[in-house]
Amino acid sequence: MAKITAGIATSHVPAIGAALDNGKSGEPYWAPLFEGYRFSKHWIADHKPDVVLLVYNDHASAFSLDIVPTFAIGCAESYPPADEGWGPRPVPVVEGHPELAAYIAHSVIQQDCDLTIINRMAVDHGLTVPLSLLFGQPTAWPVRVIPVAVNVVLYPPPSGRRCYEFGKAIRRAVESFDTDLDVQVWGTGGMSHQLQGPRAGLVNKAWDNLFLDRVVEDPDNLSRVPHIEYLREAGSEGIELVMWLIMRGALNDKVRLVHRFYHVPASNTAVGHLILENSV
Amino acid sequence: MALDKSYSDIPGTTIFDADQARKGYHLNQFCVSLMKPANRARFKTDERVYLDGWPMSEDQRQAVLARDYNRMIALGGNIYFLAKIFSSDGKSFQYAAALMTGTTQEAYVQMMLEGGRSPDSNRSAKEKK
Repeated sequence: MAKITAGIATSHVPAIGAALDNGKSGEPYWAPLFEGYRFSKHWIADHKPDVVLLVYNDHASAFSLDIVPTFAIGCAESYPPADEGWGPRPVPVVEGHPELAAYIAHSVIQQDCDLTIINRMAVDHGLTVPLSLLFGQPTAWPVRVIPVAVNVVLYPPPSGRRCYEFGKAIRRAVESFDTDLDVQVWGTGGMSHQLQGPRAGLVNKAWDNLFLDRVVEDPDNLSRVPHIEYLREAGSEGIELVMWLIMRGALNDKVRLVHRFYHVPASNTAVGHLILENSV
Repeated sequence: MALDKSYSDIPGTTIFDADQARKGYHLNQFCVSLMKPANRARFKTDERVYLDGWPMSEDQRQAVLARDYNRMIALGGNIYFLAKIFSSDGKSFQYAAALMTGTTQEAYVQMMLEGGRSPDSNRSAKEKK
């Protein structure tokens, strides 16, 4: 049977990808950030899953305003990196796992979590920056990836509660899949940041760190935090953090925290990162 | 019954909700078009002509020509869509953020290095007073 063994949370700031792609990761501005992922790269080498369910949001790359799905899952064989306005990132094509993805889609819809199915899509920095942070710059990504795209661009995004319940449904789906697979769920985006208007640059270290505590220890109550609190405390783009609750919902109630990292700034954003193992 | 838009009182912030998305549809779709290199080239050759090909308002066109991002946001633009404009200009999110906050990029970068903009007195209009 397939099994969810661990969860990873990480920000997916585009400038991190640009720093890596342009050979700037050793510069004084970026070095402390990449240092926070040094442990993670070793950890993932020892805990390489077969499949990553990568929860992220598209940033007006695959989804224009023509169609805005709240939750969508990629069932394609592969996904090319998107051209976001400056040419595609020089990263490998992302190989999917269509069989497991289709199985999850079928299962979670029958568990009352409605999903949009995607059979062709380019993936932007939201999906590729987390892969770069964990796997560096390989010629091919060492895992298969199932993209789970969540709308956090057009307000309102799904509630934290809905995301948490969706995570639980994903877990039930994965763990009834009849093939031995080691599966990780990654939740990406955040932490506090605002990219628009005169309030751009907002960072709330206290709120972010409380979020990091609660997503590990108290996710059930955290999932009930209303959107307005994210907007006021963590900035208009900080609302991305609801996606971490999908990852958390897919794990055990009790998890083992193996790595925690927090850093300000990456461009406009506070960066948060967790590795959580499903304790047996 | 009126929708709950309690986020309207957050200072210096426009939440891109379904109403804004409706107003900004053509503006944002123009931005999407810039993801294709051929369209970027056409836009750069004559911005005015390229913009006239999109059924957006004259206010929206003027805001694009002036690269007035706050104005574009007020007129229904969303920052992730508008990012295609400044990316086509070879500019970063940090450049655009500095512009929207009315400061220099140097001062903005320094603010971020010092921990970013504090949420204190920035949560709501009431708190700002």
